[in-house]
Amino acid sequence: MILSIASGKGGTGKTTVAANIALSVSANQKLQVLDCDVEGPNAHFFIKAEFEKEKISYLPYPEINENKCTYCGRCAEVCAYNALAVLKESVLTFPELCHGCGACKLFCPENAIKEIGRRIGVIKSGYAGNIFLLSGKLDVGQAMSPPLIRQMKKMIDKEQDVILDVPPGTSCPMVEAVKGSDHTLLVTEPTPFGLNDLKLSVDTLKQMDVPFSIVLNRARPGDEIIHKYCRKENIPLVMEIPLDRKIAEAYSKGETLIDLDPSYKIKFLDLFERLKSRIEIAQANFIER
Amino acid sequence: MKQIVIISGKGGTGKTILTSAFASLAKNKALADCDVDAANLYLMVHPEIKETHSFTGGEKAIYDQEKCTYCGVCESLCRFDAIHSSEEGNISIDPFSCEGCRVCALSCPSQAIKMKPAVCGEWYVSQTKYGPFVHARLYPGEENSGKLVSVVREKAKKIAESNSLDWVLIDGPPGIGCPVIASLSGVNLAVAVTEPSLSAVHDMERVIETSKHFKVKTACIINKYDINKQNTQGIINWCHSNNVEFLGKISYSEEAIKAVTQGIPIPELPGSKLSNEIKKIWYNLINIDN
Repeated sequence: MILSIASGKGGTGKTTVAANIALSVSANQKLQVLDCDVEGPNAHFFIKAEFEKEKISYLPYPEINENKCTYCGRCAEVCAYNALAVLKESVLTFPELCHGCGACKLFCPENAIKEIGRRIGVIKSGYAGNIFLLSGKLDVGQAMSPPLIRQMKKMIDKEQDVILDVPPGTSCPMVEAVKGSDHTLLVTEPTPFGLNDLKLSVDTLKQMDVPFSIVLNRARPGDEIIHKYCRKENIPLVMEIPLDRKIAEAYSKGETLIDLDPSYKIKFLDLFERLKSRIEIAQANFIER
Repeated sequence: MKQIVIISGKGGTGKTILTSAFASLAKNKALADCDVDAANLYLMVHPEIKETHSFTGGEKAIYDQEKCTYCGVCESLCRFDAIHSSEEGNISIDPFSCEGCRVCALSCPSQAIKMKPAVCGEWYVSQTKYGPFVHARLYPGEENSGKLVSVVREKAKKIAESNSLDWVLIDGPPGIGCPVIASLSGVNLAVAVTEPSLSAVHDMERVIETSKHFKVKTACIINKYDINKQNTQGIINWCHSNNVEFLGKISYSEEAIKAVTQGIPIPELPGSKLSNEIKKIWYNLINIDN
């Protein structure tokens, strides 16, 4: 199963849920965790992996061979991102704008363009017991996280369950991380901010055709704003975690929910198993059809 | 006129709550919400929308099945995994994966793919009781958030200049990527709001590294400081060692939830304890150059 943990609003508890599910499940089986929040990876504070490997991540960008170049300007014409400018007798490249699409190289009539790699970040990996943690970190000053997330996802072993800690929001980093998931857990909080951003996430997942359900964090008795929404939209609310200052204090130290209260272990394990069996049934039905 | 952006690195540290509090305390200002893919400031400042504009950022590839000869060149050249052919040979282009690079359209031998400008969001100019407010909505799953942020920034700046306002207060996005970089461009001060958790401190250091990378003067506020007083002191020490102005700290309090639930900025909540802490911070902020 590929299970992603996402949220429109930042700070609702994605990493808390992802790490606690992974740690609970890892007592019984091996699994992978991908920390796709490459602008601010935090899963390693809770899943205390020994990082053995570090892979530098590169994005291609064009290098012009000025011996072959005739300054025809075709490369700048085809570039959708203004990453090349052709002057009378020189070509300027703007690597930070380059998306690595390869158009300039493909369409250069003189074959004067080579692609070289520029560093955008790093992917660390290692084990914490049965968990294989992949943690991606975008270099400071780099604008684009989707290429790094894409590279991380290519490292997934499809034979094993994987949990993805997804960046906040609903734009391209979130979409890149969630793409291809069997199920997404949307983590929210019972406030107008939480509900506003939850609706945006739900909209996005429906358009992406990824099944989802909701985890309510910082729940307070009497705060029904999310419950009402879930009932109205017929979206399963699969878990609630209460608002509790002790949870915030434990989190601040890198302690998990299951450290604070071991009874959460069975709740997270049960959630994971229920999702997995639901997906297996859905896949079996699909094959039958 | 001074432009101030509130950033954080980690989401959920209190950027929007603080921006709305400053909006309530500052005189003569314009507001901007640059968290374009999950905009929340409007829930605190209650705008009356005066202008709506559509935002076109980039292009998307559109497929014409009638012209297609199923040669498969497009799929083989797409680097973003956006083009897939089914067993029967039908091509589909995933608009969420398409980055508008044009490689498929340019290489298709039968012109079966065309590039169309993508309307991927909207932006608004509104009036609020705090002053003019520029905000936006990026449609779900879209890219070009940095471009839309730049549009919001540019408009807010123009409004402030033409109305001789003293401040542009900008609610920034989380992270360190292109929307944050666009929010930082040309501001007088970046204020990083953090909380004393390992995760938030780690991300605060990265976002401050980002603002320094772009040569922006940076200050810091600690929210929910009493969750972990040891880490709080660590952050204060780090600020002193790294040329980051420490503006002050705010207690953990359910008043923040009350403010958000009622849509009332904290300084306007009757009997608010946090209000005094925030007023001190605002005072430090406006006197930062002294």
